[in-house]
Amino acid sequence: MTTLPAATAKKLGLVIDLDTCVGCQACATSCKEWNTGGYSAPLTDQEPYGADPHGAWLNRIHGFEVGEGANSQTVHFPRSCLHCEEPDCVTVCPTGASYKRAEDGIVLVNPDTCIGCKLCSWACPYGAREYDYGVGVMKKCTLCVDRIYNEELVEEDRVPACVRACPTGARHFGDLGDTDSAVSKLVAERGGFDLLPEFGYKPVNKYLPPRSRRDTKAIEGIPAAHGDGAPGSAADRLFAWVDRVLSG
Amino acid sequence: MHPAYSVILFTTASGAGYGLLVWLALAGMLGLVPAERWLGIVGLCLAFALITAGLLSSTAHLGRPERAWRAFSQWRSSWLSREGVMAVATYAPAGLLAVGWVLLERADGIFAVLALLTAACAVVTLYTTGMIYASLRTIRQWHQPLTAPIYIGLGLASGAVLLNLLLKLFGYNGASWSAWLAVVCLVVAALMKRAYWQAIDSEPRTYTVGAATGLGHLGKVRPLEPPHTQPNYIMREMGYRVARKHAGKLRLIVLASGFALPIVASLVSLVGGAIGLAAAAVAALSMALGLVVERWLFFAEAQHVVMLYYGEDAA
Repeated sequence: MTTLPAATAKKLGLVIDLDTCVGCQACATSCKEWNTGGYSAPLTDQEPYGADPHGAWLNRIHGFEVGEGANSQTVHFPRSCLHCEEPDCVTVCPTGASYKRAEDGIVLVNPDTCIGCKLCSWACPYGAREYDYGVGVMKKCTLCVDRIYNEELVEEDRVPACVRACPTGARHFGDLGDTDSAVSKLVAERGGFDLLPEFGYKPVNKYLPPRSRRDTKAIEGIPAAHGDGAPGSAADRLFAWVDRVLSG
Repeated sequence: MHPAYSVILFTTASGAGYGLLVWLALAGMLGLVPAERWLGIVGLCLAFALITAGLLSSTAHLGRPERAWRAFSQWRSSWLSREGVMAVATYAPAGLLAVGWVLLERADGIFAVLALLTAACAVVTLYTTGMIYASLRTIRQWHQPLTAPIYIGLGLASGAVLLNLLLKLFGYNGASWSAWLAVVCLVVAALMKRAYWQAIDSEPRTYTVGAATGLGHLGKVRPLEPPHTQPNYIMREMGYRVARKHAGKLRLIVLASGFALPIVASLVSLVGGAIGLAAAAVAALSMALGLVVERWLFFAEAQHVVMLYYGEDAA
């Protein structure tokens, strides 16, 4: 059923710390490894050893540069399903394959009833859903629904694979509907925020902003590069011309 | 957005089919055309063929076409499901209308009611198609008040052009109303399309990469390391866009081939005879080409918010 539950008993989700994420891709590879054998199996790749390798991944780690010059900082930015409270990706689904669970708020796609129309991926502003060209259905983060309740696993493994893999502790898992939970406290303490709140999808996952820099002072009035060594100088252009002439 | 060719074919062909169905049903009901057997067979078959070919082609873009029947279930929330339900539901009154028209040569009484119902269902189907796109908040160029009315307008215009050709083919030269109907529909659709282009060109792009990452308050945000070396599904599906200068040329082609030439040719068709028939055929062919370009451009000009994560600075 693609109509949304009025409320969910829990709001399970992730809290991602943009201050401590180092962009190592461990969460992304661990996610792919678990999920290609789990609920979403298989997560296929196309041309994995060819000229144009691509495939379905449920977690993508971007790197952004924020700010200018010497004051800029690199922010690693993991991007996956935010398990929104009121997402259009669920309501646009014509078959009922896409649904939000009333018990814990996890948004899932039933791979047995998805027709691969791709409309849900069009409705998501976060790019959370990736079509699996090999299987013909949509794939997305399951919040490792097959780990978190899995009593075959030891207790510390009953968290999403990405959380378990993170070497810097930048990913946290818990119930964001419970104000006393560790993740809710972390969000309150660090000023956790929603991505694109103006869409009104009410993401459950939160992001923690990079902390302000304490060790180094911000540099005022950075001098512009000039002189012979500056990029684009007359000398640079001369050598570029020589290079063109010689290589011609 | 990547133009799905099966969806372009589907929306243009079935749009024209539903438009033709609307005008045939109304003309038969009002007695503007006789409920004559061969007109019924050719006209209704053409409409059904366009609709059915379009619907079948739309399943070609599905990953799992064999499961397409499941799409009829979620009409409570999904415009795509509503479209599927309405598309199939329209066959019921239209089929009964065809029985009356072709077998009994009647379009009055109960068949007039069926004709009205057929026209209403066809218009609602066109509306549901438009709403699939208009309801997507992630794509500014689609989330426009004119998107759904244009789907109806273009369906009715292409249907009117086909009806004019049909009546010329059957030698109903006295029926100049069909040419005027085509001209009025084309003018209205062209004006809506122009207003739509003005709207999407003048609207501010409110979403930025700073907002998408929540990092904008720290300074300018720009991509540094891509998450993958080759384009993924998101980039292949949502990253497709047409260069702005090409979009300008393609819009001119749409205006010329989709509207201007069909309007002139429909007026020429008023002279009747072989020239009138040829002009009506030119109008239909030109409109078909223009509509395909229009629909391709509708996809290619659409920019998805998710591309902010992949280097677009605003959407």
